[in-house]
Amino acid sequence: MSAPILEVSDLKKHFPLKGGLLGSTTGYVYAVDGVSFSIEKGETLSLVGESGCGKSTVGKAILRLFDITAGQVVLDGKRIDDLSAGALRPMRRRVQVVFQDPFSSLNPRMRVRDILAEPIRNFGLAKDGKDLEERVAKLMDTVRLPRDAVNRWPHEFSGGQRQRIGIARALAAEPDLIVCDEAVSALDVSVKAQIVNLLQDLQQELGLALLFISHDLAIVEHMTHRVAVMYLGKIVEVAPKRSLFAAPKHPYTEALLSAVPVPSPGAARQRIILKGDVPSPINPPKGCRFHTRCPYAFDRCRVEEPKLNHVATALDAGHVAACHLHDRPDAENPLAVAKGAALVAA
Amino acid sequence: MASATVLSPAQAAPPPGVAAAAPMPDVLPPVKPKKGFIGFIRRNPTMAIGGFLLLLMVLVAIFAPLLWTTDPTALAPARRTREPSAMYWFGTDMLGRDVYSRVLYGARVSLIVGFSVAILSSIIGLTIGMISGYIRLADSIIMRIMDGLMSIPPILLAIALMALTRGSVQNVIIAITIAEIPRVSRLVRGVVLSLREQPYVEAAVAAGTRTPMIIWRHILPNTLAPITVQATYICAAAMITEAILSFIGAGTPPIIPSWGNIMAEGRALWQVKPYIVFFPAVFLSITVLAVNLLGDGLRDALDPRMAKRL
Amino acid sequence: MALLEVENLQTHFRTPDGVNRAVDGVSFHVNAGETVAIVGESGCGKSVTSMSILRLIPEPPGKIAGAIRFEGRDLLKLSDREMRDIRGNEISMIFQEPMTSLNPVLTVGRQIGETLRLHQGLSRQQAEEKAVEMLTLVGIPEPRRRVREYPHQLSGGMRQRVMIAIALACNPKLLIADEPTTALDVTIQAQILELMRDLKHRVGAAIVLITHDLGVVAEVAERVIVMYAGKKVEEAAVGPLFNNPKHPYTQGLLGSMPKLGSSLHGDETRLAEIPGLVPSLKAKIPGCVFASRCPHATDLCRQVAPALEEKAPGHVAACHYATKEGAIAA
Repeated sequence: MSAPILEVSDLKKHFPLKGGLLGSTTGYVYAVDGVSFSIEKGETLSLVGESGCGKSTVGKAILRLFDITAGQVVLDGKRIDDLSAGALRPMRRRVQVVFQDPFSSLNPRMRVRDILAEPIRNFGLAKDGKDLEERVAKLMDTVRLPRDAVNRWPHEFSGGQRQRIGIARALAAEPDLIVCDEAVSALDVSVKAQIVNLLQDLQQELGLALLFISHDLAIVEHMTHRVAVMYLGKIVEVAPKRSLFAAPKHPYTEALLSAVPVPSPGAARQRIILKGDVPSPINPPKGCRFHTRCPYAFDRCRVEEPKLNHVATALDAGHVAACHLHDRPDAENPLAVAKGAALVAA
Repeated sequence: MASATVLSPAQAAPPPGVAAAAPMPDVLPPVKPKKGFIGFIRRNPTMAIGGFLLLLMVLVAIFAPLLWTTDPTALAPARRTREPSAMYWFGTDMLGRDVYSRVLYGARVSLIVGFSVAILSSIIGLTIGMISGYIRLADSIIMRIMDGLMSIPPILLAIALMALTRGSVQNVIIAITIAEIPRVSRLVRGVVLSLREQPYVEAAVAAGTRTPMIIWRHILPNTLAPITVQATYICAAAMITEAILSFIGAGTPPIIPSWGNIMAEGRALWQVKPYIVFFPAVFLSITVLAVNLLGDGLRDALDPRMAKRL
Repeated sequence: MALLEVENLQTHFRTPDGVNRAVDGVSFHVNAGETVAIVGESGCGKSVTSMSILRLIPEPPGKIAGAIRFEGRDLLKLSDREMRDIRGNEISMIFQEPMTSLNPVLTVGRQIGETLRLHQGLSRQQAEEKAVEMLTLVGIPEPRRRVREYPHQLSGGMRQRVMIAIALACNPKLLIADEPTTALDVTIQAQILELMRDLKHRVGAAIVLITHDLGVVAEVAERVIVMYAGKKVEEAAVGPLFNNPKHPYTQGLLGSMPKLGSSLHGDETRLAEIPGLVPSLKAKIPGCVFASRCPHATDLCRQVAPALEEKAPGHVAACHYATKEGAIAA
């Protein structure tokens, strides 16, 4: 296997909470609290979880939109989290981003041509003005937009078309990795399919690696090679797609799968309805962070935090989960059997 | 294409065996979208009315020497406090000066002060707001100073500043500008802080754009709309402040007619000769109203959320 | 007689650049105790339809025409006062945003009690008792404590439960839920959907569910209305609609959704796309509203608007070519 394009180890991002008269720090939001994963060249890794689990913060940390609290981000063998602004700039070209909201992700006061030309100019990718025009036109072709639309303003486009422009801007820098932060979540069903197909085609054509951040498990399953599930700032399970959907090895993944509404009426499926809400990341629970909502929690979960360990599955290796249940004999482990199919009524 | 092949439920019956839906009646009368100037007025009536009134005032100010009937500063003790008549349209004041001519001239002072303060305070406020929105250390210092300035009512601050200098139109402009800067700076800072979080700015950072370029290309153009709207309100406020300063004798020197000092001179005779105060007051109100209408119209026209509705 | 009968509903809006025909000739009915879903993508008119039923459309710039009969009374002919007596009492509504639909400065108990005191003339004491009862009904733990809390002290899921409690406080006969779970996380959505299914049996109110999520529709609805560009294009019971959709738009919607669990069978096909864009509602569309994006469209479709026809018992679709077998015979 080739070297990973991105390696994140023990990434932490704690946002200080300001309070009081003098604006002193009164606590921290533990948004991301020790996250490790890697992405191979040309691979799609999905980061799934509910709002507030820290998945978007991970994406922004990789893009170095802020300084991280602890940990390492290694891009193609080079550590980037501690680089100065100047040393970072050439590395920035290699990681680009597509955001969720097609309306706020494009500067309303810039024409499409200027939006696409900005990264090309910044990284000096074009030889001359003619080459720049050529590149912009090619980008429009790549995202299936008419070339003459480069003279138009963002508000003249529909949501799906704007998302295509956002993708073209990301591609303009010729990156190795694109962070897709809920890139299709705000789109209508029929448009969503267009953009999902486009992303898949581009990945095949250009050999891009994708970090696909999403809460939509059906889209994730369609798009991804591997999945990392996050809960309250931690990764609780990482597995190749098929292994994860066939046999989830963390109770949270299991509950997530069973909670997705499926468009097959009357399907008999096993339902796990979690009690209560996600605890606050300001004061996360001790022990396993999921124990307050876990249907299988036992004493050990309340005191000892589980580590990500390999779990045996029928399908393939590379399936890790952070759950104490797997230390128990199979008879006492409700996650020992593969029940993915029953959960999603497939 | 031959017109015969074009079917529509109104023109021809659908082919046999085809179930056509009943055509829907019009519920509302059709709206013909108007292009160009008429369309602009129909879409932005407030802005059009405000703009028209303000343009009128600007023309009055520019062509005051052609429009006035006598020299606004000419004294004529013999014909003091005349009622409005064909000769003296707005009457004359205590010194026999023609109120109509003086009011026309007053438009110059008011508009010059209003526009100058709006432009100056916007430029300075924009700079201060940008710095404070981008440099955290500067922010805490600048914003405390602005908080301090804002705790003093702008009128009082302007009076205090005027007390330090000679009364002149120039000094009035400087005094009111200083009093208005904190408001603009706060607005710009708020806008900058929220723009910095916008995905397109984050995408530009990820695309390797340097900070000065981010400010120039992504932040500045998007602060102009709120700044322009704010500038109109500052213009209106400055015209009122100028009138108040002149009214209490701390503003434009009495030698230059301004709506504030015309009213001040008419104050003593208010009970018996109300027209001396009335006419400049009406002109001031119309001008301020015009500027505010223009501001409201601009706000609606520039707010993308309003534009997206329906 | 059906509980709610909507006949030829047209809701149009005046805009500076033309009349927006947001809803243009939609008819449907809702029986007592039934759950009917209205699905469609943004701009199809599903929310405007629901707002029109409660006459929450500002007039002008809007204008509602047609008939909306609730228990035989045409709501469009009632006075504003009579309409107020119906809103929140006989017909109530749940909105998408649980944060903005609750008043931040009133306690939860006051907000539930308000409708009760208004419509049923309860005293403050009785209203609070009933509020506690309602919170228990919607599954909020420690209702006695929660009743005195403010909306910001509750999580998103709890707020939506409170919204449901407010909506159900006066025992409405019809509940309109406009994207009730769209703003919620999956696990919380599952809780709320479970609650809605449970409450339907216990309370017996009819529900009109407005949503864009076909998964949610499949989980809770009995009958489904598919809307596109201000028109109803298909209506059927939930089973036939998902298993045998007749209208090309419905087929396209279902085909463009990835299916959860698809990787388990290895049938990861490319998603079907519906090409193109939703047409502008400001210009009159002569033929079928979907013709510009339909893979089967012919000249007939572009010229003659298809009528809603019964393609199978209880299954109507507005398509010239949808046959009884569900296939498109071009």
